[in-house]
Amino acid sequence: MNGILNVTPAIPELFVFTMACVILVVDLYISKEQRAISYGLTLLTLGVGAMLSVLSFSAEPVFTFNNMFVDDALSDVVKVAICLITLVVFVYSRDYIEARGLFKGEYFVLGLFAVVGMMVMASANHLLVLYLGLELLSLSLYSLVAFQRDSNLATEAAMKYFVLGALASGMMLYGMSILYGLTGSLDIPAIRKAVGGMSPDDVVLIFGLVFVLVGLAFKLGVVPFHMWVPDVYHGAPTSTTLFIGTTPKIAGFAIVIRLLIGGLEDLHGTWQDMVIILAVLSIATGNLIAIAQTNLKRMLAYSAISHMGFMLLGVLAGTPTGYSAALFYILIYAVMSLGAFGMIILLSREGFEADELDDLKGLNQRNSWYALLMLLLMISMAGIPPAVGFFAKLAVIQAIVDVNLVWLAVIAVLFAVVGAFYYLRVIKLMYFDPPAEGVQTIQAASDLKVVIGVNAWAVLLVLPWIGPIQQLCLTAVASVMNGFVS
Amino acid sequence: MIPLAHYLILGAIMFALSVIGIFLNRKNVVILLMSIELLLLAINTNFLAFSHYLQDTAGQVFVFFILTVAAAESAIGLAILIVLFRNRHTINVEDLDTLKG
Repeated sequence: MNGILNVTPAIPELFVFTMACVILVVDLYISKEQRAISYGLTLLTLGVGAMLSVLSFSAEPVFTFNNMFVDDALSDVVKVAICLITLVVFVYSRDYIEARGLFKGEYFVLGLFAVVGMMVMASANHLLVLYLGLELLSLSLYSLVAFQRDSNLATEAAMKYFVLGALASGMMLYGMSILYGLTGSLDIPAIRKAVGGMSPDDVVLIFGLVFVLVGLAFKLGVVPFHMWVPDVYHGAPTSTTLFIGTTPKIAGFAIVIRLLIGGLEDLHGTWQDMVIILAVLSIATGNLIAIAQTNLKRMLAYSAISHMGFMLLGVLAGTPTGYSAALFYILIYAVMSLGAFGMIILLSREGFEADELDDLKGLNQRNSWYALLMLLLMISMAGIPPAVGFFAKLAVIQAIVDVNLVWLAVIAVLFAVVGAFYYLRVIKLMYFDPPAEGVQTIQAASDLKVVIGVNAWAVLLVLPWIGPIQQLCLTAVASVMNGFVS
Repeated sequence: MIPLAHYLILGAIMFALSVIGIFLNRKNVVILLMSIELLLLAINTNFLAFSHYLQDTAGQVFVFFILTVAAAESAIGLAILIVLFRNRHTINVEDLDTLKG
């Protein structure tokens, strides 16, 4: 056991947090023309944050701050992914926010605070730490959604997100208070121990579990707690949607692992049924309603709901392979969603949002390279081989077949086929429809062009490394289990 | 000595009232913010009751953090409310229907 002052495991968080404060101050002293300095510092912070997380990688969990904070392989994988993806998010957002007058220091500082929140969530070994990380993330995201102050849609989305987000935190806290009362501790390993000694049919325990699960479901945006997702994705500025649609999902997965699998794994038989309902409803509703959307951002929001359902399939399997398949799925999904929203940003320009499906019409004739990139992202999201999205879906479905939930696998595959329709419709619009009258040529900064090219091709180029990545996911999940043995 | 169950029932009633307040309220966004405050206070009651019952101070520390976060949360909520009012000149919940979930 380490002493209270051992801060080494928390260095990535401390670094990003300190830099966020530094950028906040630096930004006060620079003029509007020099704002690129804050931008550069933000990218630097995220890059170094990712590097520090890589350096602190250890398969053996390290505990600190009176065991409230844990640094294990899962937290490192999640932190590296969060830092790198957020870095790309900011690279994509630059032109977009500049054109809309949002290129301000606060934008980057709020983004960095959200990143710190997510990193703390990934490392939480105590309910209080988990709650504080979650709130730091949520409060930053509410402000980022409302950042475009003169936009009617953005402020309405922010209000809805705020009310439902606060309700979700409340639900989760109520569940935590019940767990605290029953187990007498806020420490996740201690809760695990106490729950292990109780009957899994304890009504009060299940009562607490339900509230925790509802809170998690709200945060992940799975049906029937998904009402905020399409509205927030649609209303928020696309740069913020890009952020909300990628990294918080990974952090959400991390707290699912910490709470459901770390703390309450002995109740697996009880929560499995509840998660099955959530997963089936998400996959079905997400894919069916996405077909009816005409707005690309809303369509991707419903697609996010169905992808979260697929991720839950891996979680509910209750085996280490299932959990690692879910981690793999969420990482791949974050990269695909990053590319898809990046394309919307790329096609948008000052005073114009390319967020309607019709805006993609005839993209192939306007610029065949971008059409190809979007094609790659869409086939990957639809789960068509050889794109990596297929292997992600395969892994979670394999995991539930292994635990004899074949009927669930059949439903998932059927709805994946239904879902392929709206992804393929995007491809049809790009390649077989004539472009609308009077569209302008696409102009984008060169860094954006390069990064989005890499991002989209990644869904194919990552194929030779699927094995090592899945192995890494297994190590990450196994490290959570190791933490409880020692 | 008031038994633990009474505090828990009080907490549950306050929690239920605030959730009902959030879902049934069709008039005013400020009432939504009040309901959220009540929600967090209900949870605080629970934590305090358990903390006293278990003779464990961790629960009381948690309550301090919840209070602090609740203050930050209502600050952001009110800020969003003001921005919303500037854009729309109304804080009627029923008028928040441009986006249909």
